[in-house]
Amino acid sequence: MKYLPRLLMALGIIGLLLLFFFPMWKIILYAPQYPDGVEMHIYIDKIGGNSPGVLQNVNILNHYVGMKYIEPDAIPELQYFPYIIGALILLGAGALLWNRAPGYLIWTLLLIILGAIGMYDFYLWEYDYGHNLSPTAPIKIPGASFQPPLLGTKDILNFVAKSLPHIGGYGYGLAILLGGAAWWTRKKQ
Amino acid sequence: MKQHHFFSTLKLLVVFALGTGLLSGCSQSTGNSGSTAALADDVASQVYVPPGEYDEFYAFMSGGFSGQVSVYGLPSGRMLKVIPVFSLDPEKGYGFNEETKPMLETSHGFIPWDDAHHPELSQTNGETDGRWLFINGNNTPRIARIDLTTFETTEIIEIPNSGGNHSSPFTTENTEYVVAGTRFGVPYPQQDVSIDSYAEKFKGTLSFISVDPEEGEMDLAFQVLLPAFDYDLAHSGKGKSHGWTFFTTYNTEEKSTLLEVNASQNDKDFIAAINWKKAEEYIAQGKFQEVPAQYAHNVYDEKTHSATSEMKETVRVLLPEECPGLVYFLPTPKSPHGVDVDPTGEYIVGNGKLSADMAVHSFSKVLEAIENESFETTIDGIPVLKYDEILAGIVEKPGLGPLHTEFDGKGNAYTTYFISSEIVKWKVETQEVLDRVPTYYSVGHLMIPGGDSRKPDGKYMVALNKITKDRYLPTGPELTHSAQLYDISGDKMKMLLDFPTIGEPHYAQGISASKVMPNSKKFYPIEENEHPYRALGEKDTRVERDGNVVHVYMTTIRSHFAPDNIEGIKVGDKVYFHVTNLEQDWDVPHGLAIMGANNAELLIMPGQTETLLWEPDRVGVFPFYCTDFCSALHQEMQGYVRVSPQSSDIELSWRLGEDEPVQ
Repeated sequence: MKYLPRLLMALGIIGLLLLFFFPMWKIILYAPQYPDGVEMHIYIDKIGGNSPGVLQNVNILNHYVGMKYIEPDAIPELQYFPYIIGALILLGAGALLWNRAPGYLIWTLLLIILGAIGMYDFYLWEYDYGHNLSPTAPIKIPGASFQPPLLGTKDILNFVAKSLPHIGGYGYGLAILLGGAAWWTRKKQ
Repeated sequence: MKQHHFFSTLKLLVVFALGTGLLSGCSQSTGNSGSTAALADDVASQVYVPPGEYDEFYAFMSGGFSGQVSVYGLPSGRMLKVIPVFSLDPEKGYGFNEETKPMLETSHGFIPWDDAHHPELSQTNGETDGRWLFINGNNTPRIARIDLTTFETTEIIEIPNSGGNHSSPFTTENTEYVVAGTRFGVPYPQQDVSIDSYAEKFKGTLSFISVDPEEGEMDLAFQVLLPAFDYDLAHSGKGKSHGWTFFTTYNTEEKSTLLEVNASQNDKDFIAAINWKKAEEYIAQGKFQEVPAQYAHNVYDEKTHSATSEMKETVRVLLPEECPGLVYFLPTPKSPHGVDVDPTGEYIVGNGKLSADMAVHSFSKVLEAIENESFETTIDGIPVLKYDEILAGIVEKPGLGPLHTEFDGKGNAYTTYFISSEIVKWKVETQEVLDRVPTYYSVGHLMIPGGDSRKPDGKYMVALNKITKDRYLPTGPELTHSAQLYDISGDKMKMLLDFPTIGEPHYAQGISASKVMPNSKKFYPIEENEHPYRALGEKDTRVERDGNVVHVYMTTIRSHFAPDNIEGIKVGDKVYFHVTNLEQDWDVPHGLAIMGANNAELLIMPGQTETLLWEPDRVGVFPFYCTDFCSALHQEMQGYVRVSPQSSDIELSWRLGEDEPVQ
């Protein structure tokens, strides 16, 4: 049991590493003529989908109502997110070597705070895309907002939009839980 | 009265309940009909595919004189697609756009039509594998290959030294070869001779076209030079007879006029058995003649989205006199039409269409007779085996006018009888007749999915009928040809459905949907587009002039063309609209139609580039638009081309969206 905190912490770091290989978030749009859904994937450094062309297809759908084009190059977060995650991994490794309860606690709290800021930032982007509509949009629906849900399901015109974490996102959540567990078990020793 | 109503409602409810039970239950057990006698006649549920659900089988039917292939779902009989093969198709721009024009090139130049008879699926180990579909062009001898990932024609090869490529394409069991044969004897080499010299100067050739095992590309490997009989149909051996291909003949009388009488005199004609493995040995030994021949080989490249046509110059010909063991003639009564090999490869059915009985040959006996050199005679160096020695048996007086036989994989054969308009089921080993059903009317080919392979799916059978008469609402003098679907899973054949077809379906092929569906492409990845005139984004769009030739590099995406305003075109210009569809989503083609175009529309699949040639003949401003309802703003997907007089000095300009030209 002596090594349990370190083991938990190592697993937490692996959880973070998942972000470099898998999307952190997914937004799926369902409509009758899209039987498989249009599934957009948000990575820490790019935007893709479950098949090539998803981003283009989302943009085509969005342009009818005058939403801005989603251009990954114009989203600064996608430039610096990898560095933040990289830094968190290094800090986590430091905490693991130090192997003291406060180290694990600080790391876990850092993850929670950054995660909350990230979600708020995500909400701001969604709000911007959903409300900041082009005045020359072909289809205008007074009072309608096209903001996707932050988490969960929402009807947007003829679509049902679903917003959920992807593997990377779950990895981040797991890292918080494992960091907390590392702190707790270390404290008990 | 009231009571009567009550009971009929109750009865209906019971029938309905049983019906739904059958539908939702584990399906196809038609065998135990005793307890549910009321359902025995409920054929509707057997062919009912609920909205949104898929058919169990694909059926590929030749279009005959339409020159195309039509794709149906079975058991519903719903038509899914018409694939253009040998004939122009303005709907898809096939043969009209610059990319597919080379597909219809031949040594006679551009041929816009043919008569497509026999679709044949590729096979691996004698089983249909769902990779390619081959089909013959009868009139100007050709074989086409359709890729079943895209359901598009991707290759056509012309067959030289041939007239009427009817006995084709009929694959070998690993698609080593597809074959071709001469239905009409022609002078060899083609020359100006009296038709009366038929017996001396005319010849027949049987061709073996190799198929690349990976890419499917065809190559005319060799031809076998034979007497000028009419080579009617073919099938290759399987299992123990793998390595052989059998061709039926008629007109062994070698006549050239009034054939309905003159070619029906001999009591027996032949099945020509070709040992193609032996042929490969002779080719390897160099025992062939390299003969001058002109034939086109057209290949469509999925990356450039364009076809190229190459003219071939020579062909290898094997002469039976110099190649012992290559060809044998099996005497078969009388003017046999189809030749069909059972799934074991042992039984070779000669469907003697003018004979009262039907002969079934035994492949083992054929081999034995060859071993013993037990020959009746030889014709042009080709040994003729003795009929009695190779016969496995006779199906006695089964019907009138046998044409074709397919198999169910359970030891039964099903033969069509054109004159008596019926299908007869018989046991292959004993030649005993088991059952018969009428067809409406005058059945030609029949099809059981995999029915000419080693592994038939003996569940359904389709009869392809030549005459329709009163089966559907009349449509004037010309009527559709009919197809009938039968359930053959039980002891008795049972008709389920009757549906119209396109052109004249001769042969058809069927295959389990599960072998084809998973490979079906949804769109062409745009990053793989290598078309020389592609525009991979709106920033690549432009208009370029080279003399009086103008190239428009155009793109489409919901819901606009880029550019959509073009000026500086002049009367007499040749304007090439190279349109790249930037979409990367399933089922989002865009079309291009421009006023006054003398050809057709373009219908461009996502990721594809296609080219329409437009030659404006007058001054003015002409609209163009998208023809395929692509989106909510489809109706707005339109543009203009301004055409100025030849002498005009208006500069080329183009734009999208802005008020001023964006040059």
